[in-house]
Amino acid sequence: MHVLVDKESCQGHQMCAIAAPEVFGSDVLGNAVVILVGEIPQHLTAKVRLAEANCPERAVVIEE
Amino acid sequence: MTTTPKPVTDIHTDYDIFDPAFVLDPTEAWTEIRESKCPIARTERWGGSWMPTRYEDVVAIAHEHETFTSRGIIVVPPPPGAFEGPYGGVTAPPITSDPPDHLWHRRLILPTFSPQSVAKYEQSTRDFCNELIDKFIDKGVGDAAGDYAQHIPVRVISTMLGVSVDMADEFTSWVRGVLEQGLTDPELRMASRMKILQFFIGQLEDRKRNPREHDLITELINSEVDGKKVDDNYVLGVCNLMLVAGIDTTWSAIGSSLWHLAQQPEHRRQLRENDELWPTAIEELLRVYSPVTMARIVDYDTEFQGCPMKTGDRVLMSFPAANRDPRMFENPDEVILGREHNRHVAFGSGIHRCAGSNLARLELRIALQTWLERIPEFELVDPTDVTWAGGQVRGPRRCLVSF
Repeated sequence: MHVLVDKESCQGHQMCAIAAPEVFGSDVLGNAVVILVGEIPQHLTAKVRLAEANCPERAVVIEE
Repeated sequence: MTTTPKPVTDIHTDYDIFDPAFVLDPTEAWTEIRESKCPIARTERWGGSWMPTRYEDVVAIAHEHETFTSRGIIVVPPPPGAFEGPYGGVTAPPITSDPPDHLWHRRLILPTFSPQSVAKYEQSTRDFCNELIDKFIDKGVGDAAGDYAQHIPVRVISTMLGVSVDMADEFTSWVRGVLEQGLTDPELRMASRMKILQFFIGQLEDRKRNPREHDLITELINSEVDGKKVDDNYVLGVCNLMLVAGIDTTWSAIGSSLWHLAQQPEHRRQLRENDELWPTAIEELLRVYSPVTMARIVDYDTEFQGCPMKTGDRVLMSFPAANRDPRMFENPDEVILGREHNRHVAFGSGIHRCAGSNLARLELRIALQTWLERIPEFELVDPTDVTWAGGQVRGPRRCLVSF
């Protein structure tokens, strides 16, 4: 699993960072950034799916 | 609060956002509208408005910001003369801004409210919460709204702005004058707006004569866009926003959450015993007790979900109703502190996502954690004695608890 944030859609709700703080952080404006580069480890995939499900802008994109 | 003499006969065509029964508990009304053939209600009261109640509709309107503009974000129209005179141009950017200016209006303030930036207020907020509790804990009774919640966000906002914390009570009274009592009393609303503007005009003048280093007003005065200093009306507008958006919103969320916990011993226990529950619990309390309803103004005649909306019509963005939509949330009216799937829009959606959301979350968490550490067990003195404000911002204004 890989994950990215669609910068055009993200409005900085930070719901992804609340669901998966190991994977998402924020830039200087408070918009989401992926801080865990590369393949998402098995033990975090459920949290990343939750981040995708909870983003009010549907800006979290999972690639498998 | 002034109430209209005419009773509501049909909630679908004649709702009243200030009806005491609706303010006390809007859940039933939202459900009735949401599950009817027309989930967007209409009223001619208070200047007239539309009220969408389904999650999908509220979010769609929030995203169609070209049709549904932010040039009027208060749930009732402004008092006469509010936008005339030398300071008539002062609004509350970026919440009142539309593209293209919205972009720079927002970019200039977002860094102040990033998760990293607001984290520095955590310890001082905790210390202040403890000081507030010190004042009433020995009495065995306290007002969770008036003695506690009400004082927390205004303290943080004053600190950020670099103004005296002694102004807190006056700020609170001005904000209530604009957003609470003022909504049904245009003269009070206008007078309160002018008090806010006059105060900040003085603050700007003082900083220009006596430059300071680290406060938000100074940073705003010195900020530039495309090589040019921003104008005073923008700075005044942001100061205005800090008060009207940053005070009774979060105070309402803290108060509603304490009102909830006062009646839920099991939830108190879960939060005391399980630190890992806090992140989902905060989002769940924000969802169920979302305090804020914003407005939008229709820019041109349009039809939305079969509703004929005219230029200048007001649409109430009922984020609180959207957050109770069963199409989006299982058992939406139930507080489930461990709820994992929670795509709530308590802070709005789209380009106007609440700029202070990270600060609000921090204040809410610190306020509740500190309360539960000091006052682990408490209950409402009298459930019928609790008073609520509603309309733009819903939350308890008096909430006596004993412990």
